[in-house]
Amino acid sequence: MTTQRLTDQEVRHVAKLGRLKMSDEQVHYFAEQLSHVLGHFQKINELNIDDVEPMAHATDLTNVFRPDEPSTPLTVEQALANAPQTLPPFFKVPKVLGEGSGA
Amino acid sequence: MDLTQLTVTELRDGVAGRKFSAQEAARAFLDRIAARDGTIHAFNEVLADEAMLAARAVDEGKVTGPLAGVPIGIKDNICTTIGHTTCSSRMLKNFRAPYDATVIKRLKAAGAVMLGKLNMDEFAMGSSTENSSTGVTRNPWALDYVPGGSSGGSAAAVAAGFCPASLGSDTGGSIRQPAALCGLVGIKPTYGMVSRYGLVAFASSLDQIGPLARNVRDAATILDAIAGPDGLDSTSAPLDFYSASQGAGRDLLGKLDEPIKGLKLGIARQYLSDANGPAMRQAMEKAIAQFTSMGATIVEVDLPHTEYGIPVYYLVATAEASSNLARYDGVHYGHRTATPEDLIDLYAASRAEGFGDEVKRRIMLGTYALSSGYYDAYYLRALKVRRLIRQDFDRAFEKCDALIGPTTTGPAFKIGEKSSDPLQMYLNDVYTVNCNLAGIPGLSICCGFDESTVDRHPLPLGMQIFGPNFSEAKLLRIARMFEAANNHHHRRPSI
Repeated sequence: MTTQRLTDQEVRHVAKLGRLKMSDEQVHYFAEQLSHVLGHFQKINELNIDDVEPMAHATDLTNVFRPDEPSTPLTVEQALANAPQTLPPFFKVPKVLGEGSGA
Repeated sequence: MDLTQLTVTELRDGVAGRKFSAQEAARAFLDRIAARDGTIHAFNEVLADEAMLAARAVDEGKVTGPLAGVPIGIKDNICTTIGHTTCSSRMLKNFRAPYDATVIKRLKAAGAVMLGKLNMDEFAMGSSTENSSTGVTRNPWALDYVPGGSSGGSAAAVAAGFCPASLGSDTGGSIRQPAALCGLVGIKPTYGMVSRYGLVAFASSLDQIGPLARNVRDAATILDAIAGPDGLDSTSAPLDFYSASQGAGRDLLGKLDEPIKGLKLGIARQYLSDANGPAMRQAMEKAIAQFTSMGATIVEVDLPHTEYGIPVYYLVATAEASSNLARYDGVHYGHRTATPEDLIDLYAASRAEGFGDEVKRRIMLGTYALSSGYYDAYYLRALKVRRLIRQDFDRAFEKCDALIGPTTTGPAFKIGEKSSDPLQMYLNDVYTVNCNLAGIPGLSICCGFDESTVDRHPLPLGMQIFGPNFSEAKLLRIARMFEAANNHHHRRPSI
């Protein structure tokens, strides 16, 4: 892999994916820092990993189930208690679909 | 008698034996916090009324247990129904958790008295507690220096005598490194030993909650109270994983003071690197000589993939974080932007306003590593190297009971010294990240002091002891052997 430099364009893309609004100055500021960091990470390309299984987690547990029995959930009041804007029992958000929705 | 000088064990025994009341103990610590935390800023929130209520319940005999009357501080990323749970982020500044984390339920059941919530790097992302939206925490040993991070408040509070023990969390070293920089014992348990239910998630395959305390017995006592399977955390290990055949098992306290005969301790040459400062090198040489004189055999081992830990960690952890932090969207809880243009802007602006720079950096790194076109080259590749790191440890543990090495390359650094270079800050974690990646337990214990700093403040140094999965009982015994031979744990900062 050639020297990895994150372009402002790529940072804008990633910021959009991560839903982080930022100014052009911030985009450039982060692009420089992240490029520097990614440069250091290139060293993992030195290794031969052809026959190695990925390790996504550190435990031997798989498919941990519990009996399908209902328990006591949060009440609606509890669930809404920290919400910035509500119309109980709902969380209030801007229009999701349609003109001007951004979706 | 200054109750704030007492250990967890002494406080528990004192309350049980009616030498003093739980309320007197809580009052003593609260008074000390009020007098001195203005300088240190270990606490985000002191919960004095709640603490006195809990202490009174102990004194009235309504609550009993192995920690009855013992005051404790809680890192601010662990959900408590009292006070707030802010993760030191503007995003969660006003958040009140609707439920207690499992570890909190267990501490309450044990009779512990929570004094408040402790400062940290925002969302546990950092190694100095300089990334906190509430301000930096100062190292009680030298006020211009960092306490480490991300559990900096947890470490500073114990070192300053604001509580005899605290809970922290460790994803890449965030308990062990601040414990090392503040002269404490800090334990990152085996992944799965302590429930993560109610721990605000940073990296789900790496996070663990653990204790910080001034001595080994205290740390073991706290760990004992919070460890064990939990139906609410599907990654928590069932009891039969705590294999007694490893000479370890679930009993952390029964044989704590029994020295281990015929101990084989491994040292990896990769941990004795040139990056270690002279004081750290000296402290390690002294430790090795001491263990040898105690009858242990020192074995040289090879952990060839050590240097790849940082890139692997900062790809895996940030990838997981980018997913875990997606929930902060200005809708269900947390900060919401005032005048969004539309739904997407609601998300993007709320997050931009609520998160600090380091959190944004890590979300972007993680998003990039997982994104189309880069997933194989970065995230997948990192997961494969992760397995190689794990295999290094498996091979090493065939030759020794446990590994020792420095927790950090040197003592605490000055506030502001590394905060402008993210990569330099990341490299602080070189000796700690691999335990999280592999899942194995690690603890840090004070192994000496660096007396050479320019301002003549002695700064603590930490040694790591790490072992196979569920070997905590053995690691604690080794730590106890070392502690008894050195007595660093009796030394206090002059705060």
